[in-house]
Amino acid sequence: MDQILALIVVLPLLAAPLCLLLPNGRAPWVVATATTWLVFCGACLLLNDVLANGTQSYALGDWPPPIGIEYRLDALNALVVFIVSLIAAVVTPFAGRSIASEISAKQINLFYVLYLLCFAGLLGMAMTGDVFNLFVFLEISSLSTYVLISLGRDRRALTAAYQYLMMGTIGATFFLIGIGLLYATTGTLNMADLAQRLPEVEQQRTVLSGFAFIVAGLGLKAAVFPVHLWLPNAYTFAPSVVSAFIAATATKVAVYALVRVLFTVFGVNYSFGALPLQFVLLTLSVIGVFATSLLAIRQNDAKKLLAYSSVAQVGYMIIGVAMGTVLGITGGLTHLFNHALMKGCLFLALGAVMYRLGSTGVTAMRGIGYSMPWTMSAFVIGGLSLIGVPLTAGFISKWLIVQAALELGWWWLAIVVLGGSLIAVIYIWRLVETAWFRAPDAGPNQLKEAPLSLLIPIWILALANIWFGVDTRWSLSVAEQAATTLLGGGP
Amino acid sequence: MQHHLILRVVTRFVLPFILLFALYVQFHGDFGPGGGFQAGVIFAAGMILYTLVFGLDNATRVVPPSALRVLMASGVLLYLAVGFATVLLGGNFLSYDTLAENAKDGQHYGILLVELGVGITVTSTMIAIFYVFVGRNLPSDDTRAGS
Repeated sequence: MDQILALIVVLPLLAAPLCLLLPNGRAPWVVATATTWLVFCGACLLLNDVLANGTQSYALGDWPPPIGIEYRLDALNALVVFIVSLIAAVVTPFAGRSIASEISAKQINLFYVLYLLCFAGLLGMAMTGDVFNLFVFLEISSLSTYVLISLGRDRRALTAAYQYLMMGTIGATFFLIGIGLLYATTGTLNMADLAQRLPEVEQQRTVLSGFAFIVAGLGLKAAVFPVHLWLPNAYTFAPSVVSAFIAATATKVAVYALVRVLFTVFGVNYSFGALPLQFVLLTLSVIGVFATSLLAIRQNDAKKLLAYSSVAQVGYMIIGVAMGTVLGITGGLTHLFNHALMKGCLFLALGAVMYRLGSTGVTAMRGIGYSMPWTMSAFVIGGLSLIGVPLTAGFISKWLIVQAALELGWWWLAIVVLGGSLIAVIYIWRLVETAWFRAPDAGPNQLKEAPLSLLIPIWILALANIWFGVDTRWSLSVAEQAATTLLGGGP
Repeated sequence: MQHHLILRVVTRFVLPFILLFALYVQFHGDFGPGGGFQAGVIFAAGMILYTLVFGLDNATRVVPPSALRVLMASGVLLYLAVGFATVLLGGNFLSYDTLAENAKDGQHYGILLVELGVGITVTSTMIAIFYVFVGRNLPSDDTRAGS
């Protein structure tokens, strides 16, 4: 049982070189699907175990921490591992047909190699209890993401990938510099050990600059406003499956890493007490929510519209987390989970549109609801959840964030969250109106509904959006437990 | 490079020593400075020198790109196989102690195999990257094999 902790990361890492050796065709897809499902089962078992028995620790190579690398799983990262593997388990079956239609046949096994490496990197980031190991996995996931984005059919995918490569490398380097500074002062890389040793030296300027570097680096990776500039193009020009996968997982894992550093390694007293980070994060997020939501309205490509909305949603997560109360963090973490569900659903629906229509331009999608009713109904559900309509998952998390703001007496913050949702109504409505209330373009309409292999994954996520909007016992209790562990001074 | 007699002769003379040194760094890495990554880079540097002097066509005859692909994957697989072996033998992932009767030998075998995996992957990846740079005008392996 305890070996699952390591195997969950190693399995995709093993499947990736296997895919390289397999002949092109369906075989790599079968291997990738089987891997993601196995990992998902493992993640469910682990989450159950952690919720029942508390924090799990695994010493790689039997080298006891803090000297060896430790995998440390508490309610927070068990939840993140669960989210990442859930999305992968849903997205990979979808990839079979979608990828075959979007990238050249010769590159298909290479796609699955990169996809599995990215998956392994994200899982590793979520799993590890060692900051340097976190950096290594961050690089594994980032490098594979750059290439995955560049596989997009549009040649602009290359510039988008290059832009992300530049910004992502700066982010990763900042993170590494920060780790180096912390290591220089404390002599340890283990998170729990760092948390113990940092209070003695936290007055030193080295620690302060290390903190600044780490927060800036991870903020860049999480696409926190105003360092989100790589994100819109990357999500727009990547292959549909890649957009869906990284939109639902990559920024979430980076947000997790940021939360982990702020609360577990440095502790809330240092991050928000001794330093004005709370003010900085809140201000930036509030501006970010409005600016990027307004930008989303003006986009002419549905994928880009959703990409801008993603930056705004990251803003909500940061707002929740930056409040620093149990309720606020619970809200932020629930939003992290729910946003993975809604963006996964929306991007997959656009993937189905791309499969049939060959484009995700807003004008091209006129009247598409009539020819692809199932796809676009799921899109509407995802959209409602994104807005935060009651009975969808998005409502729950925004409600929690508003409640947390009111608990602190910050009524202006509650207004910001509600205002941002109103702007979301505008941009989602624009897509819904184009798809359902406009007459299709003249001429013979040959468009058919997406095949079942694409519809099933979309609808799994659409129904999950409703399920977690109605029955919140499970998602809320996990998020609350995670928030309590975070504020309890580390696992 | 046909006319550069001295370069060709010297390369032929030096090449075995470069490759031998790479193997020394690889297999002596657990006692002295060295290891899989460094050895892989030295080995690949030898191949790169060969490619520079004797041309890409000759080089791909020695190490074809399809073989590189297999080598890249098998290095990683060897690394992971050691990890899985230790799990099957009852230890944690990559716990070399379980590989032999006593812990010291186990650590020795474990690191040797893992570094060999690293060396294979680094060598083949370096060569593959160099092939891509040099053969920039050749679209892919398949067309090259056909021409």
